[in-house]
Amino acid sequence: MNFESELKKGNFFISECNQCNKIVWPPSEFCNQCLSNNSWRKCSGKGIIVEFSKKEDTYFAVAEIENSVKILGQIVSGRPKIGDQIKITDCGIADDHYFFKMIILD
Amino acid sequence: MPKVGIVGYGQTKFSQDDIKIESVLLGATKNLFDRSSHLNQKDIDAVLVSTNSNSKYLSAILSEMTGIQPKIGHTIESLCNSGTNAIVSAYSYIVSGLANLVLISGAERYDSPGQILEWDHLRGEFKHPIFWASIFSKSYKRKYSLTAEDLALVAVKNHKQSVNNPYAISQKAVSIEEVLNSKKLTEDLRLLECSRPCTGGASILLASDKVCKKISDYPIWITGIGQKTTSASFTKNSAFDSMDSTRQAAQLAFQMANQKPSNVDVMEIHDAFSVCEPMALDSIGFTAPGKGINTVKDMYLTENYKINPRGGLIGSGHPLGATGLAQTVEITQQLQSKAGKRQVDQAKVGLVHNMSAASTSATVLILEN
Repeated sequence: MNFESELKKGNFFISECNQCNKIVWPPSEFCNQCLSNNSWRKCSGKGIIVEFSKKEDTYFAVAEIENSVKILGQIVSGRPKIGDQIKITDCGIADDHYFFKMIILD
Repeated sequence: MPKVGIVGYGQTKFSQDDIKIESVLLGATKNLFDRSSHLNQKDIDAVLVSTNSNSKYLSAILSEMTGIQPKIGHTIESLCNSGTNAIVSAYSYIVSGLANLVLISGAERYDSPGQILEWDHLRGEFKHPIFWASIFSKSYKRKYSLTAEDLALVAVKNHKQSVNNPYAISQKAVSIEEVLNSKKLTEDLRLLECSRPCTGGASILLASDKVCKKISDYPIWITGIGQKTTSASFTKNSAFDSMDSTRQAAQLAFQMANQKPSNVDVMEIHDAFSVCEPMALDSIGFTAPGKGINTVKDMYLTENYKINPRGGLIGSGHPLGATGLAQTVEITQQLQSKAGKRQVDQAKVGLVHNMSAASTSATVLILEN
């Protein structure tokens, strides 16, 4: 398994180093600190909005997931504010692009 | 360590024309030869090509077409700062003694594959540069309580200045209203605030101090170089309201040149989008954080061409691999007092700021006469 094979199934995984426990991002087989092997951990997909903008009717946002990794994705419901709690509800690969869809949690 | 000087330059007009990459390279190089009466092909030790084109062995092709048989020849690609990074490589060949005279030619086509970063998947489907620019713009405006009108002035200033640059793609001044009423790409970005992909080339000739005087009566010296890459992923930027790689590259360049921001008389800033200009002014240290836009306004109101005299990327166009070289050509002309209507008075110290990949990499050069 790897990040992409899980993402294709709609799962969001994070790579973590087996030796130094560092979270490695972008996802990779090897740690970028000690170059040991990483393992894959399924992630809650919960995070906060760091920044956002809007194209036509679609909000897109940088979200920091689990206080550690950032992605750029689409907000599928609600009007974002900085610091809002979000959850990735849908992710995958379509037309050779990753996609991350998030909702704002109450 | 030998000094390294700029002893020649050439350019093509930036356009939307469908011209082969080899022809654009050749056009810029021919323009350099036309301006360099003491230059002989036999004296050129290295030919470096700066481009994001997928065409192969362009250094060999350019060398053959211009009658050069270089000892060293290859392509340099690092997206939008390929041009200044090619200058850094040429500088290193000269300082190491491997070359005395190096030709650097950069070229790009309007449909360059360097415009979209396919590797950076963490941007999801938002890979086009307008998305990182929108995030930067929103963040900078929020942090410093700026408006869309404030940032639009960058585009107004640079389009106006490009009117005096015969090589620029834009030859038309625009008003703040025209910028704000231009196509809304996102909530935080209008079309006229963007640099446009285009077809264009620029060339530079670098020489060791031993041979400088044979080629040019007025060499311009490269006294400082700083280059820093902090990541390759947009989302790994430590902040979206400042430019960390630019800050570090500028520090390195000023340190090497034993110079400081207040001594710089004229500068080329990588205004890929309007927000980039004030943000880079802050990060380089010309202005306190958030004050870059005040300096842009002062320059505009006093018709001072100190920042982006040729019109920047917004006014001139942005042929990626040629941009850093065209910026360096401008500062060279300024320091030689040959910039015509764009000339800044008494320019002695110049700076080139060239960056790439959503500000994750930056190169800063200090030039002096």
